[in-house]
Amino acid sequence: MSSSEMLVQRIQSGTVIDHIPVQLGLVVLRLLGEPQKIGARVALVINATSTKMGKKDILKIEGVELRAPETQKLALVAPQATVNIIRDYKVAEKITVVPPERVSGVLVCPSSTCISTRRGEPIQGEFILKSRKPLVYTCVYCGSRISQSHIVAQLGGSQV
Amino acid sequence: MAEHGRWRSRDIISILDFERKELEELFERTDRFVKGYESGTPLKDKIVSTAFFEPSTRTRLSFTVAAIRLGAHVIDLNTEMSSVAKGESLADTVGMLGRYSDLIVLRHPSEGAALFAARLSSKPVINAGDGSQHHPTQAMLDLYTVSRSVGTIDGLEYAVIGDLKYGRAASSFVYGLSKFRPRRVYLVSPPQLAPRQEVRETIAELGLPVSYNTKLDNVVKEVDVLYVTRIQKERFVDQDEYVKVKGSYSVTRETLSEAKKGCIVLHPLPRVDELSYDIDTLEQAVYKKQAEWGVPLRMALLEVIMGDTV
Repeated sequence: MSSSEMLVQRIQSGTVIDHIPVQLGLVVLRLLGEPQKIGARVALVINATSTKMGKKDILKIEGVELRAPETQKLALVAPQATVNIIRDYKVAEKITVVPPERVSGVLVCPSSTCISTRRGEPIQGEFILKSRKPLVYTCVYCGSRISQSHIVAQLGGSQV
Repeated sequence: MAEHGRWRSRDIISILDFERKELEELFERTDRFVKGYESGTPLKDKIVSTAFFEPSTRTRLSFTVAAIRLGAHVIDLNTEMSSVAKGESLADTVGMLGRYSDLIVLRHPSEGAALFAARLSSKPVINAGDGSQHHPTQAMLDLYTVSRSVGTIDGLEYAVIGDLKYGRAASSFVYGLSKFRPRRVYLVSPPQLAPRQEVRETIAELGLPVSYNTKLDNVVKEVDVLYVTRIQKERFVDQDEYVKVKGSYSVTRETLSEAKKGCIVLHPLPRVDELSYDIDTLEQAVYKKQAEWGVPLRMALLEVIMGDTV
């Protein structure tokens, strides 16, 4: 058992999101819609030690197995993260987080002159994946680029 | 014609959506109308609607004339006298136009408006300019003008000068060149009017041999085609910024005295002060022909999209 896992109890079943870049743990928690509202117990470890990343954040959600589209949303802010599904205290499944090729209704175009940001139109932001590393999406309507830091600021409600 | 199937009922959103072969096919059809407008009335009983949410002279009128020449009727949405003035959405407006007509020609200040309209409409939509993004039929016309004035589009050196930040005609022309094999494309603009990041990235992805320059003097001796554009005053959020760049470049008879023999000058028009009247009479000033050919090119386009038998 690593030192970071010693901070919180192991979970019998649910999801452990590992390798979240530091400072993004809270953003990921907000993005996933505050699981405490559905009664799940949640533990967030901030600044855990990581051999791969130096430091990282870890999120544990008890009793909830995370699936798409939540895992896809996760990929928008933390494409490096790994999702472990836990059953009977063991990792039953590892889900690779993959940024979706197309994102609709989640992101808002940064251009004020794009038709997708025009008030009163029945339209929502729609983006296609331009690059995985670094993570960049392009607005299908105006071609504006949106990078991971902008996505984090939009979805997490905080600046990075 | 065998290729007609690819054109029928097609939306025209961006020049990037076309292959070289399709453009050449369109140019051949345009030649027929340049020789004479007599075509019968292949679009008899069809209705074309024009919806211009921004001012236009050449694009709007050449589409109108093209449709009339082909026997179609034209209805124009007067944005000041229609429900648009009451705040009606573009979505509802396009929905109505699609029910009343067989094709919609749309110009709108928002980037992506034509794509949005095309997704909503069951009838074809032609983008006549969306914000500072695309102007595909202008690019078709510009490429046609080069092709028929010089005899080729390939192997030439081009300078595109002016407002490359907001000018949709300029970026669409450059995108259109990527369908051919230009030897070099010089993009010339004051630093404040350099292409936006997404345009630069698109140009890089297209693999065009481009050079970015701030002065025409440095490249005018090299080019076969000089494409001049005006500063897009209407797109400046801060008019003080416009004042700073106003009059920062102009092409005159003296400028052209440095150019290669046979170098042609294009301009999508209208002009403000960037293109001197003293070159209008020079043989190399092909921009009036360019505007004139807007009718036959758009006739060819409307016919392949709407015609029953082509």
